[in-house]
Amino acid sequence: MVSEIIYFSMFTGVGISIVVILLGLARLLTTKKPSEAKLDVYECGVVGVTGDPRIQIKMRYYIFGLLLIIFDVEMIFMFPWAVVFKSLGLFAFIEMLIFIAILLLGLLYAWRKGVLKWV
Amino acid sequence: MLSSAQLQEFANNYGIPLWGLDASIALVLAVAVFCLCGLGVVVLVYMERKIAADFQIRYGPLHVGWHGSLQLVADILKLITKEDVFPKKADPWIFRLAPAIVFLAAFVGLLVMPIGPGLVVQDLNVGLIYVLAIPSIGIAGLIMAGFGSYNKYAMMGSLRAAAQMVSYEIPRALSVIGVVMIAGSAKLSAIVGAQGIWHIILQPLGFMVFLVSTLAELNRTPFDLPDTEAELVAGFSMEYSGMRFAFFFFGEYIALMAASALTVVLFLGGWHGPGPEFLAPVWFLIKTFGVIFLAMWIRWTLPRFRIDQVMDLGWKVLLPLALLNILITGIVMLII
Repeated sequence: MVSEIIYFSMFTGVGISIVVILLGLARLLTTKKPSEAKLDVYECGVVGVTGDPRIQIKMRYYIFGLLLIIFDVEMIFMFPWAVVFKSLGLFAFIEMLIFIAILLLGLLYAWRKGVLKWV
Repeated sequence: MLSSAQLQEFANNYGIPLWGLDASIALVLAVAVFCLCGLGVVVLVYMERKIAADFQIRYGPLHVGWHGSLQLVADILKLITKEDVFPKKADPWIFRLAPAIVFLAAFVGLLVMPIGPGLVVQDLNVGLIYVLAIPSIGIAGLIMAGFGSYNKYAMMGSLRAAAQMVSYEIPRALSVIGVVMIAGSAKLSAIVGAQGIWHIILQPLGFMVFLVSTLAELNRTPFDLPDTEAELVAGFSMEYSGMRFAFFFFGEYIALMAASALTVVLFLGGWHGPGPEFLAPVWFLIKTFGVIFLAMWIRWTLPRFRIDQVMDLGWKVLLPLALLNILITGIVMLII
């Protein structure tokens, strides 16, 4: 367990140091010549048409986020079940059937309500 | 190779603490994995450009080195010496952190990938959950890139990326449950070990769902809505230049490699193949490149979907299919 954590943090550490080293190298090698037009918002040549990007985000994204949380939790529940499925047999199967059925009912409800429609 | 008992004895003799031994081996392995995936990315980019050129009846890179094989070296030199433009309205912290997170998430995900019998950095017993969860952190990097750039196109691209990757994560994870049920373990090496018959034969439906949602997760055509060149210019990465842009690129190709390797591990028999034991990594590599070629083939053949079609496919087709796959697998396993 300890060794796994050491490996994981070492990988993260090496990844971070690669980013730092390469960006530092790039900083040494590049020249900086900022100009007004270069630092402006890049919009394919047309300047200042699209306006402020801090817009109100569509409600859809929020609803899909909620659905994700529900199904992500379901998924995490299913992994341990799948690992021991062979030894538990029919009992575990019926249990999971009920569990999935409840969630599927939720999905069908969301579907019927038009939540899954992207407008 | 030294066995771990010999290593422990060596550590005891010289008074090195066990964690120090672990840390130094991990350091060497991490650098080795980075070098390998750097090499892999060089090969992949060359391969992608040549394949794209072939599909569109042109030559592709041709002038730098033999048949343009050194083109990417030239590109790296260009990227590393290119000016790092920092838009004046961009959020300094979020803008600078985003490429690092995208790269890190893809790189750390390689920790559990088994490329041969015993050839794995750290064989976690939750390896499958790890390899599905860690690369998903890259989504946060994409959202940060879009938000930090202060650019409407980038913002829209990152929002699309978030919606799409979040939606396809569920069918992707549910489609591998069948594999876990058959193998009886979430350890990647155990899953490969369980494949006397490849799982693609036992789990055809699961394989289809997994492949499609993997393509969506990687933001590749036909699901490349987050960086549609024609309408959003380049999506979330448009304000980036130089080395920071290179990290997005790097992360993307490492993710492609890791996802293809995962497909091989889960469905295509991992390192199994005819011939003696030492050929195992070679077989693994051949299969992985086969899957990568398939992804590139799809990319340069199909046009892209609309956003509502993408979301519909994820929630109304792939998710029920993945659940159906679990049901079928369960029934068949109970009967047999």
